[in-house]
Amino acid sequence: MKVTIRVNGVEHTREVEPRLLLSDFLRHEIGLTGTHVGCEHGVCGACTILWDGAPARSCLAFAVQAEGHEIRTVEGLAPAPGKLNPLQQAFQDAHGLQCGYCTPGILMTMTAFLEDNPKPDEAQVREALSGNLCRCTGYQHIVDAVLLASQA
Amino acid sequence: MKPAPFAWHAPEDVAEALALKASHGEAARFLAGGQSLVPAMNFRVAQPAVLVDLNRVSALDSLNFDAAGGLRIGAMCRYRRIERDAEVARHLPLLVEALAEVAHPQIRTRGTLAGNLSHADPASEMPAVMLALEARFLLRRQGGERLVAARDFFLGPLATALAEDEMLAEIHIPALPPGSGTAFLEVARRRGDYAMMGVAAVLRRGPDGRCVAARLALCSAGPTPILADRAAANLVGTRLTGEDFAAAAALVVTEIDPMGSVQASPAYQRHLAGVLVPRALALAAERAA
Ligand SMILES: Cc1cc2nc3c(=O)[nH]c(=O)nc-3n(C[C@H](O)[C@H](O)[C@H](O)COP(=O)(O)OP(=O)(O)OC[C@H]3O[C@@H](n4cnc5c(N)ncnc54)[C@H](O)[C@@H]3O)c2cc1C
Ligand code: FES
Ligand code: FES
Repeated sequence: MKVTIRVNGVEHTREVEPRLLLSDFLRHEIGLTGTHVGCEHGVCGACTILWDGAPARSCLAFAVQAEGHEIRTVEGLAPAPGKLNPLQQAFQDAHGLQCGYCTPGILMTMTAFLEDNPKPDEAQVREALSGNLCRCTGYQHIVDAVLLASQA
Repeated sequence: MKPAPFAWHAPEDVAEALALKASHGEAARFLAGGQSLVPAMNFRVAQPAVLVDLNRVSALDSLNFDAAGGLRIGAMCRYRRIERDAEVARHLPLLVEALAEVAHPQIRTRGTLAGNLSHADPASEMPAVMLALEARFLLRRQGGERLVAARDFFLGPLATALAEDEMLAEIHIPALPPGSGTAFLEVARRRGDYAMMGVAAVLRRGPDGRCVAARLALCSAGPTPILADRAAANLVGTRLTGEDFAAAAALVVTEIDPMGSVQASPAYQRHLAGVLVPRALALAAERAA
């Protein structure tokens, strides 16, 4: 069936099967491979996107359900090609990533979190991070990066 | 993995959703937040031929509180809306406290309370909280509806009183009388995981400070959420001291039937209940003004 989905402010129309996951729509249909896929059962957080501004798992929604909603992905964060936004810059400055597999999901989670809670304490950051797995960093540098971004 | 093919229906009103469910019967499942159903479909543990998606039925996304009727939560009201609602926080803080233990913020963006209760995972926090709050569920089908008490709804692991053509349309939670205090505590392996043991406590003090009503409900404590009736009855009339809580914990351990999991043996789960029950009761007693 035909579906039109707004991603990062741009509408994309495709012919899809109802069973196509939103994560696969983003990656395979419109080529936005910044959204990563780890587990496809909601646990790892790599596929986290913003759904009408709130963080959600794109592996647990069907693309056809996203019509009429505003989807944001990691590609929508940078202000211009080659430039980073303050949260992304903080991840670079505080070494908040190593392999980077988890990073897009964490950036989207933390984008929504900082909008809700611009001056968080460390405990709040750790709580907000609890739905994203990272196999590399040990999390400390991610927490540092989010706190750094909140001080900017 | 990817889900098997299915036919997708996205009705915009309840009548149409109920008609679709009635006509497709066992082949169809309702799709609410998808936070339990879609993982199962991705694993192909579930392969429904038809999905009746409730996400466009805007009338089901409701949340209303009034002192007489209590709290009414529609089928498509998501956890995120409930946990951020000021009236819920004021009148039924137990719900907010326990929701913080359900999965992660990203799951709570889309997951619904009605979907959780229909799924009826005995490890889930919410069914136990519904027992502790004496919730009732409005079940609707084409041409009829009935109200079922939470204690008659949960029949076994992933089994409920819902008939094949019924929808859990609305959750009714009575307001707590003055003098009430509540608490929810759990132990899980990691933040956001299902509980290895969880305890919901509701206490009410009379004018002299003695306990006049008590309810204790546990999750991960048996094939369904468990209401520890004997332990609760024993608390009524006491002054809610540490000794009373220890006595309650000793009774609770005889009332539960934990099944064990890869994370915790039944013996460890019983141990956790013995530790958590007095703590939850002490917290609820302190909050019962
Ligand atoms: C990573 C992760 C961690 C989680 N951790 C926890 C946790 O710690 N504690 C916990 O309790 N849960 C946890 N969950 C599950 C979560 O709470 C689910 O959201 C919830 O169990 C199902 O609600 P839903 O709206 O997503 O329902 P869906 O997944 O859409 O549906 C679940 C089932 O209920 C049926 N259904 C849905 N709505 C209705 C209705 N109105 N009437 C009749 N049938 C209906 C569906 O057909 C399906 O069979 C977790 C999920 C994930 C992905
Ligand atoms: S791929 Fe969606 S949570 Fe892991
Ligand atoms: S940086 Fe490698 S998984 Fe997080």
